[in-house]
Amino acid sequence: MNDDPKISVRDFDFFYGAAKVLHGISLDIPARKVTALIGPSGCGKSTFIRSINRMNDIITDARGKGTILIDGTDVYGSDTDVVELRRRVGMVFQKSNPFPKSIYDNVAYGLRIGGMRNKRQLDDIIERSLTRAALWHEVKDRLHASALALSGGQQQRLCIARALAVDPEILLMDEPASALDPIATSKIEELIYELKDNYTIVIVTHNMQQAARVSDRTAFFMLGRLVEEGDKNTIFTNPKEKMTEDYVTGRFG
Amino acid sequence: MTANLRRRKIYSGIFETLCALAVVVALIPLAMILFYVIKEGFGALNLDFFLHMPKPVGESGGGMANAIAGTLILIGIAAAFAVPVGCLCGIHLSEYPGTKFSSIVRFAADVLNGVPSIVVGIFAYGILVLPVKRFSAIAGGVALGLLMIPIVVRTTEELLRLVPGGLREGALALGATRGRAVFSVIVPAALPGILTGILVALARVAGETAPLLFTAFNNRFWSTSLTQPIASLTVQVFTYAISPYDDWHRQAWAGAFLLVMMILALSILARLAVRRLERMNRS
Repeated sequence: MNDDPKISVRDFDFFYGAAKVLHGISLDIPARKVTALIGPSGCGKSTFIRSINRMNDIITDARGKGTILIDGTDVYGSDTDVVELRRRVGMVFQKSNPFPKSIYDNVAYGLRIGGMRNKRQLDDIIERSLTRAALWHEVKDRLHASALALSGGQQQRLCIARALAVDPEILLMDEPASALDPIATSKIEELIYELKDNYTIVIVTHNMQQAARVSDRTAFFMLGRLVEEGDKNTIFTNPKEKMTEDYVTGRFG
Repeated sequence: MTANLRRRKIYSGIFETLCALAVVVALIPLAMILFYVIKEGFGALNLDFFLHMPKPVGESGGGMANAIAGTLILIGIAAAFAVPVGCLCGIHLSEYPGTKFSSIVRFAADVLNGVPSIVVGIFAYGILVLPVKRFSAIAGGVALGLLMIPIVVRTTEELLRLVPGGLREGALALGATRGRAVFSVIVPAALPGILTGILVALARVAGETAPLLFTAFNNRFWSTSLTQPIASLTVQVFTYAISPYDDWHRQAWAGAFLLVMMILALSILARLAVRRLERMNRS
């Protein structure tokens, strides 16, 4: 790869109080590709992905050490504004979390806190975001109905639309399909495949087939360390580490 | 059926019976209060009661128009004072649950909740009546507000804590500041419950007499001035009930009936508000 990485992580440690949960992670995440983080439960992949947009800041006693650069700027730098950072780095969570508001207001949320008031502009972006999240045709006649009336898969796509509306550069997805049935899951996966033309996507998944289907690059985490990362095909068919091979072939985890 | 199973069924039957009995015992006083208040009060209630002023001793008829207006004004002052203070305090407690300051505030709210209402009345008397040497609606309203605050604080805090953490994360992940996340997502999600808490607290203080005796005092005349003594249904009922006149006794029953109905109306209103808001939240 000739391009500079979109996200560049060097010697990143993370602590919850005295417990060290990430040990010296170094990883380059390329722009406009899907990078999947795999590994057994509790291996630190969620902690890692939540460090990229500093979502862990809200946990007391949690702190990171080392550097995470986005386009060369340190996420944990003293002059980094976390609100601005999170606008550039969108996130979709494991459990879909639509606000108890209308579908329209959910997608408008990020735009409105950014100060957008123009109704026509809002309408446009909301339609575009819902279309990109492959939800527009299902909800266009009930934009002002409560988002909580949607099905689980629709809610998750709404959360994706909500994240896309503010036009982030990076989209972090923390097991976005783990609570969904296979049909909804395949819709989300198709969506990820389409979105990677425009966004840098980092996805945490427990599901190895999913990582194999959607990712370009795959990183394998184990006990808070990055064991191996590389091209998806290499990781799944010809990994260097024995541990990676055991995991991707289902011998443990 | 084995002996063991039979024994378990008998125990189960005994405890179910005891539970049902306890419910009946708890309901008897409630039913009797309602029965007497309705029986004595409903007949004494008429249009005059709502529209007319109290008549001088010896003349029959008249009503409690001033006391009805007074009670509304008093609980209005109480709400204006207690709702902002209580809600903001509850938000602070739920946002910073672990700090030393929060645990002190929480403890203080619980103590204040247990303080007898007459003590709160004396306090309001001390700071708002003595310095100006005059009973006033303000003093009564503040006394009632002080009684409301702990209820509003604790319900607000508890309901905010029930809001799933995912909503906060969702708002923050979209670039909301912490304050923005609280006021645009978390508080609205808990609003139906908070509103119920406020109405329940209002219903509770609307029925208070003791803290008004030496703050709002009473007033036989029409008054809506906040700096003058003001009549209230509870104090008027108290005054009439201990008087030696039959006509006043009837009026006291009517006042009691009206109080019960007001509180019932507030409770129903609370439920309707919840249902309406929840419907908006759900579908």
